[in-house]
Amino acid sequence: MSEQDTSRRDFFIKLGLLLNGVAALVLATPVVGYLLAPILRGEGGRYRKWIDLGELDEFPEGQTRLAKYKNPISSAWDGETDNIPCWVRRVEGNTFQVFAINCAHLGCPVRWFPQSGLFMCPCHGGVYYRDGSRASGPPPRGLFQYPYKVEKGHLMIEAGQLPTLATSASLHKRSQGCQG
Amino acid sequence: MSRLAKIGDWFGQRLRIGAALHETMTHPVPRQSASWFYVFGSAALTVFILQIFTGIMLALIYVPSAGQAWQSLQYLNHGVTLGWFLRAVHGWGSDFMIAIVLIHMVQVVMFGAYKFPRELTWIAGVFLLLLTLAMAFTGQVLRFDQDAYWGLGIGASISGRVPFIGAWVVHLLLGGPIIAGDTLSRFFALHVFVIPGLLIAFVSLHLLMVLKLGINEWPMPGRLVRRSTYIHEYEELIKKDGVPFVPDAIWKDMVFSSIVIAAVLGCAAFLGPFGPGGQPDPTIVQTVPKPDYFFRWLYALLALLPPQMETFALLVGPPVVIGFLILLPFFAGEGEKSWKRRPIAVLSIALTAVALGTLTHYASYSPWSPVMNAWSSDPVPVEYLKGRSPLERQGSAIFQEKQCRNCHSIGGSGGLRGPALDSIAVRMTHNQLVRQVVQGGGNMPAYGKNLTPAEVTALVAFLDTLHPANQLPARDAARQMLEQNGPPAAGSKR
Repeated sequence: MSEQDTSRRDFFIKLGLLLNGVAALVLATPVVGYLLAPILRGEGGRYRKWIDLGELDEFPEGQTRLAKYKNPISSAWDGETDNIPCWVRRVEGNTFQVFAINCAHLGCPVRWFPQSGLFMCPCHGGVYYRDGSRASGPPPRGLFQYPYKVEKGHLMIEAGQLPTLATSASLHKRSQGCQG
Repeated sequence: MSRLAKIGDWFGQRLRIGAALHETMTHPVPRQSASWFYVFGSAALTVFILQIFTGIMLALIYVPSAGQAWQSLQYLNHGVTLGWFLRAVHGWGSDFMIAIVLIHMVQVVMFGAYKFPRELTWIAGVFLLLLTLAMAFTGQVLRFDQDAYWGLGIGASISGRVPFIGAWVVHLLLGGPIIAGDTLSRFFALHVFVIPGLLIAFVSLHLLMVLKLGINEWPMPGRLVRRSTYIHEYEELIKKDGVPFVPDAIWKDMVFSSIVIAAVLGCAAFLGPFGPGGQPDPTIVQTVPKPDYFFRWLYALLALLPPQMETFALLVGPPVVIGFLILLPFFAGEGEKSWKRRPIAVLSIALTAVALGTLTHYASYSPWSPVMNAWSSDPVPVEYLKGRSPLERQGSAIFQEKQCRNCHSIGGSGGLRGPALDSIAVRMTHNQLVRQVVQGGGNMPAYGKNLTPAEVTALVAFLDTLHPANQLPARDAARQMLEQNGPPAAGSKR
């Protein structure tokens, strides 16, 4: 009798464990999906859009100027972090280079010095030439660039992502964004 | 029976923890361990409790929103009665907590306290150190200013170096593709819920093991730890020469903790809160981001590591160091406890301390960074211009205007990225200077495209004058021969 009872109890304990396991799995699936949402957000080009940086006249030929745009993926509580700066170099005519502000080393804001034609980073001493190529210091590559186009006399860029060695400045995966 | 005792009795009958409490308080400790060297763990716990308390106070006002965090910190500093003081106590408490945890760790290694049977106590301690550092980093992010914003950028850039899944890690860290509202919210959740919860769990585990295994005895040279005999020996020691924790040992813990709290409050009252610095507006690019004190060594290391080994060091270094710390009690779990007979332990600690100290010192003046405003704010010393030709003076103006000064100092001011140029003419000949300016090299950008030939001529003319008055400038051996022998005779064929 006692043997039978024990196996009965064992069975119910195992059943209880199984039911709890199923419940935990059912609960965990949406939680994991929720936690991984930042990875999926912005994938598939949902947020892909061209951002107007201003009229071409604002960027004189041969000069590099700071431009600002509103982040395409934004929320009401972003505050000032919504405004993203970038360096616009108008080489000539409709040929531009639009550089991300973030140093290719560790993301600090690079500053343009027109007199010496160099971008300098205040953090670890990275320096870049006017065309964004690495001049000296620890950066492993040149400055990150945004894909751009000229439309109806306006300079447009594709943006929305913090550029790092693994991510490009634009959210579009097959963009030219990661070219030095 | 007094009324108080009656009330105590009432609770005692229901809670039934009197005996356990008594046992905990009077658990025996070795007489020699009731020492001033054994007060750091309890002090770390005291500061942690202070941090929880002040943290809750700050959370009454702080708004964890990227749009309003900075304003709410300003309000805490200036609008709320003694808000600045609570911020200051929390900020200084954080620095004291890291410092005390590090001192505690050094003491534990020096006294061999991590050895058998306290391996797990040590491992919990390693996690407590990591969690404390995580609190410091996330706390720095909650002080949502420029440094916090760009600090997040640095964190993301380091994450972006992870092979294959770098982009995922970046997005998980930031809560999206870029630093924005979701980023601050998740760091708030980490700083206020997740990490403190883990800290409390690990502190409880750590303390429980200290109570169950007993506090480490005073190490004696020659008294070796052996797995087979240690527990018996410790019990004998406690029996022979043990004293109750309360009151024989605890008074030293209490005195030291009070001193630490007084020091935190003193620093807070006299030195005030940390920031916040400039508002977290990324379009303000005139900024020089710097991490908080206990991460300065890392800031220096990131600037000084050779670029080609940086990713490797960033990704492999931390697991190796943490793995080493966790495994330490397994390959050194027996034997000598006394620092007097463990030169490798003592030297390792000394070397680590010197390395971290040196890096932190470098970070205080960051010689690897260009001084962004040196070219426009530091004057050329008058003696470098006296009696110079117009060309040489023109060169000094170009030296300033082309931002050479941002990386090269003269007269003791300017950047330290490149060498000081006060006696450059002694080290380099005219031709070498021209080549260096035009082509760059040795970590200097090439200026050939940004200088006209006339500008190069003037600049190098100025650099040629930079030598001590009584020391000749460097000269080409060939040129010297040419000057001694005179030019080749006129009319001779070349």
